[in-house]
Amino acid sequence: MIALNKETLLQFALLRWQRLRRNFDDLDALRQRLDYQTYLLAVCALAASLLLGIGDLVTKEAIAERQAEDLRATLGQVLPEALYDNDVLASLRVIPSAGEGTGLDRTEVFVAKKGGEVSAVAFKMLATGGYAGDLTLMVGVDRDGKILGVRVISHAETPGLGDKVETSKSGWILGFNGRSLSNTSPQGWRVKKDGGDFDQFAGATITPRAVVKGVEGGLKFFERHRQELLTATE
Amino acid sequence: MSESLSRIAKEGLWSNNIVFSQSIALCPLLAVTGTTTNGLGMGLATTAVLMVCNLLISYGRLLIPSEIRIPVFVALIAMVVTLVDMLMNAWLHELHKVLGLFIPLIVTNCAILGRAEAYASRKPPVYALFDGLMMGLGFTLALVVLGAAREVSGSGTLFANASLLLGQGFAWLETTLIPEYRGFLLMALPPGGFLMLGFILAGKRLLDKRLARRPLRNAAIEQPLAENV
Repeated sequence: MIALNKETLLQFALLRWQRLRRNFDDLDALRQRLDYQTYLLAVCALAASLLLGIGDLVTKEAIAERQAEDLRATLGQVLPEALYDNDVLASLRVIPSAGEGTGLDRTEVFVAKKGGEVSAVAFKMLATGGYAGDLTLMVGVDRDGKILGVRVISHAETPGLGDKVETSKSGWILGFNGRSLSNTSPQGWRVKKDGGDFDQFAGATITPRAVVKGVEGGLKFFERHRQELLTATE
Repeated sequence: MSESLSRIAKEGLWSNNIVFSQSIALCPLLAVTGTTTNGLGMGLATTAVLMVCNLLISYGRLLIPSEIRIPVFVALIAMVVTLVDMLMNAWLHELHKVLGLFIPLIVTNCAILGRAEAYASRKPPVYALFDGLMMGLGFTLALVVLGAAREVSGSGTLFANASLLLGQGFAWLETTLIPEYRGFLLMALPPGGFLMLGFILAGKRLLDKRLARRPLRNAAIEQPLAENV
């Protein structure tokens, strides 16, 4: 019996390596071999997955940071800074809201507090019925149910017509500031064409109609959960 | 060698331009050319992907059997595009916000698979890399020309939001050519892209015809490049 010592093992490995290496002397013949093709495909798939995995690990933290920055910037637009002294991003509450006007089954609510007391909330919601699908809104509401700000975060509306809901294109969306369910009647929560208080755009009624209806739905959602949200504790 | 390189440059930029001559890669082309800036960003991202893919494939060209080349190319291209997407999201976030939707679209860019198949898998790495650069720049040129034509006719501006893409130093690029322009919506929408592309292709044909007629008058007759992919 041969003793399995280090030397014989090394020799064995060297022999195998040389045999493997010899395969690559004649690439033309190698390329024709079915087993080689199978191995190559497997190696390619493995290498690609490995690199993608490494890439994900390297960038994950930075990407999460950037997204948090984006969220903070949007929140800053709908929640005036003077209103809170807590880390709004960290005080997140998830409220089940199926069929309650936010267009989502679970609505994420960011709670702003000053001196330990809830001063305002902001939530992301969907306004359904846009000209090209749903619009994602961020709505800020103070503790009395008055709107502090509304922003459209993403949409696919027609450039030049429906995209006037963006603040960079027009100030239309600022018209929601200060509105609430109590100072604007249900009849008022419509575009002017439908007998309400809000302007439509020339050539685009569907987009503003969807946003107005969406914001009203968001306020109704807040009203329903108001007690629960205002008494929020850590 | 330098002659061959200049030939590659000429083919990539003009005579075998991905868009103007081969008329491929139209999906990302029409999707992003609503503005010049988007076109430029998409073009540069595509150029980077094209160069990396060409280089890798050229290095592996002797190892890759023709029977399984397509799956190998596709896996490679998809990997490079996904990596570019992740890296941009992490460290070029502002640019990624503008182009985010379009980066994955690079995968659908048949020009990359086309160059891998037609060029990189047959030529040494240096040439393949240069071909990737030139084809990419040719594609960028097409995107910028089409984007500029659509932006000027659609909204009367040029290089709007360029500072988002290139940094504040390039804010001077942002110009309003036609003040008080009400906008021509059709041009900003995809149909306008098709229309404008048609005009540009026709214009290029006309120009090529002119250029081809000219040498006939001289003694030296240049052989036109018959190669077409």
